[in-house]
Amino acid sequence: MKVGLFIPCYIDQFYPQVGIATLSLLEKLGCEVVYPQGQTCCGQPMANSGFEHLTSGCNTLFVDHFQDFDYIVGPSGSCVLHIKDHLHVPEREDKATHIRQRIYELAEFLTDVLKVESLQARFPHKVGIHQSCHGQRGLGLSQMSELVAEPFSKPQQLLQMVEGLELVELKRKDECCGFGGTFCVFEEAVSVKMGKDRIADHVNNGAEYITGNDVSCLMHLEGILRRQQSNVKVLHMAEILNASID
Amino acid sequence: MEHENHKHQEHAVLADAFNQNEPRVDWHDETLWWVRQKRDRMAWSIPEWEELREAASQIKHNVLGNMHDYLLEFEKNAIANGAVVHWAADAAEHNKIVLQLLQEQGVKRMVKSKSMLTEECHLNPYLAEHGIEVIDTDLGERIVQLAKEPPSHIVLPCIHKKKEEIGDLFHEHLGTPAGNADPKFLTAAARQHLRKEFIQSRVAITGVNFAVAETGEMVVCTNEGNADMGAHLADVHIACMGIEKLIPQRKHLGVFLRLLARSATGQPITTYSSHFRKPKEGQQLHIVLVDNGRSRQLGREDFRNSLKCIRCGACMNTCPVYRRSGGHSYHNAIAGPIGSILAPNLDMKDYADLPFASTLCGSCSNVCPVKIDIHQQLYKWRQVITKEGYTKKTKAAGMHAMNIVLSKPGLYKTAGGVGRWVMRTFPAVVNNGMNPWYKQREMPAPPKESFADWYKKNRK
Repeated sequence: MKVGLFIPCYIDQFYPQVGIATLSLLEKLGCEVVYPQGQTCCGQPMANSGFEHLTSGCNTLFVDHFQDFDYIVGPSGSCVLHIKDHLHVPEREDKATHIRQRIYELAEFLTDVLKVESLQARFPHKVGIHQSCHGQRGLGLSQMSELVAEPFSKPQQLLQMVEGLELVELKRKDECCGFGGTFCVFEEAVSVKMGKDRIADHVNNGAEYITGNDVSCLMHLEGILRRQQSNVKVLHMAEILNASID
Repeated sequence: MEHENHKHQEHAVLADAFNQNEPRVDWHDETLWWVRQKRDRMAWSIPEWEELREAASQIKHNVLGNMHDYLLEFEKNAIANGAVVHWAADAAEHNKIVLQLLQEQGVKRMVKSKSMLTEECHLNPYLAEHGIEVIDTDLGERIVQLAKEPPSHIVLPCIHKKKEEIGDLFHEHLGTPAGNADPKFLTAAARQHLRKEFIQSRVAITGVNFAVAETGEMVVCTNEGNADMGAHLADVHIACMGIEKLIPQRKHLGVFLRLLARSATGQPITTYSSHFRKPKEGQQLHIVLVDNGRSRQLGREDFRNSLKCIRCGACMNTCPVYRRSGGHSYHNAIAGPIGSILAPNLDMKDYADLPFASTLCGSCSNVCPVKIDIHQQLYKWRQVITKEGYTKKTKAAGMHAMNIVLSKPGLYKTAGGVGRWVMRTFPAVVNNGMNPWYKQREMPAPPKESFADWYKKNRK
């Protein structure tokens, strides 16, 4: 199984440790993983700002880099969703379609494709899960509180395999953190307020760490936590699932 | 008071002002979240909830596909029932028709039950200009009317007001004792005050929740019975409705009435679901069918199903942005997510900011009882607004620059490396007041090495 590793631009630039954890976790689980050099961005920052018509350069690059893999896996629900919903290259639509159908966010790749049932990981801490909206409501990583439907959660399923990890219950289990792409700067006041409220929910329920499947949301929450000089830390789920038993 | 035709501030600016008082934002957020939770409990009490939403969505789909026929059927049956049917192409025509009916009756003061359509058409100020005073009889609407403010929510018009503020308003306008903010007492005072208005009013305007094509009847849902009080006591009942309020048959009410109040306020049903079919002896019943951009929206394939909306307000209660920015920040009669996809159809330039006042979290689409893909339409409006040139030049320039960097791997690598170096070496370049991120958040710590660099060294 040849897996193409998709590391979104801001993870590449600011959170290389998340890329490393993702790669190492996939390798541990027996995947043949290749990171195609020269990849940049999925185009989402432009598209969500109303400039989807400018994303053809990003789209072409994406197809160039990922057309030959059995699966494409990325540690970001939001970027993966963008590719799934919007990747089109008119003259190479068959390749684009292959990618749209074969791209997975890391957690769903582990639960649905690799069907992971146990992990050699240990993380003896209280952890709160931040459900990033695009992963949850867009990719269906977990059930949505608005719907009258059976609950499930792929991230939770995986985190429960980690030795010593204790999940904290939240008052609002799937409220948006307010990152929202360029929303975080163009609507700064509401964005930060939403982030502060999310953090308060985790802190009030005893979380030492906030984890999730989208570094963008975590970057926003981390920015607020650091400004508050809080001891609570953010970690991408890959970093926890890859935390080895010493 | 009203907000037409003058320059208004954008959502982000108004939201920023709203956030100056954080405890108040918390209170507003908690109040609406409580309504969302009530809605959840009610939805879970119906095992077939999701099927019900799907049925409602499909019925409305049928209506939108056969609007022409249903409108004519409704008109024919309404006329046969003894109603007079008026057609208004836009808000101005709607207001003119209503004014003419009022002038024929020679009234200077009249009652109106809740109608978001008349808000959309700015009927009250129009009538005021012509010397006619409208008394809103929905308690929440009366409160905002006394405060000279527009409603901030389509179902809970004064949800942004605390009971103490309402006490002060009533003290000033209705003569209640100063400092009395007891909701029961204030409601009783409002009842006394409104009763006088009901008895004296010879004309009553109501909105319409559902218009049944098959029978020519209209259903108006209220919790206070104020639509009934007005319409039953008056000589002339004027019902104003958008043309999308149609449903094909009376039996379909069984779907919509179960969904409406549960979604809106978490009640199993509104206290009153009043059917108006025929004028009683000696009474006139007028129905004003209003287009005001609805045909245009019907013609926009991507946005057509926004017309399925039954005005329950569930998308507002669940919206994390609405709860923390307040209804007035949307500077439109209809606020929140649904308002943000309806407003650009009315005036793309004036409401260009609204589709961007969202994180696209998608909660709105999930609570919508008629399954409008609200967050996807927000995304699509962003594309349309940008293409039509209503995006700020600075933002457009930034996006073009971003595109150039992200389309060229070499340039991206260099820019990333240089950018991180600058951030490490001269943090003040980004950590300053010009950077909205930095105002209340730290920037991420820039690592020496990107993932791509690490991979090159450690894998191949």
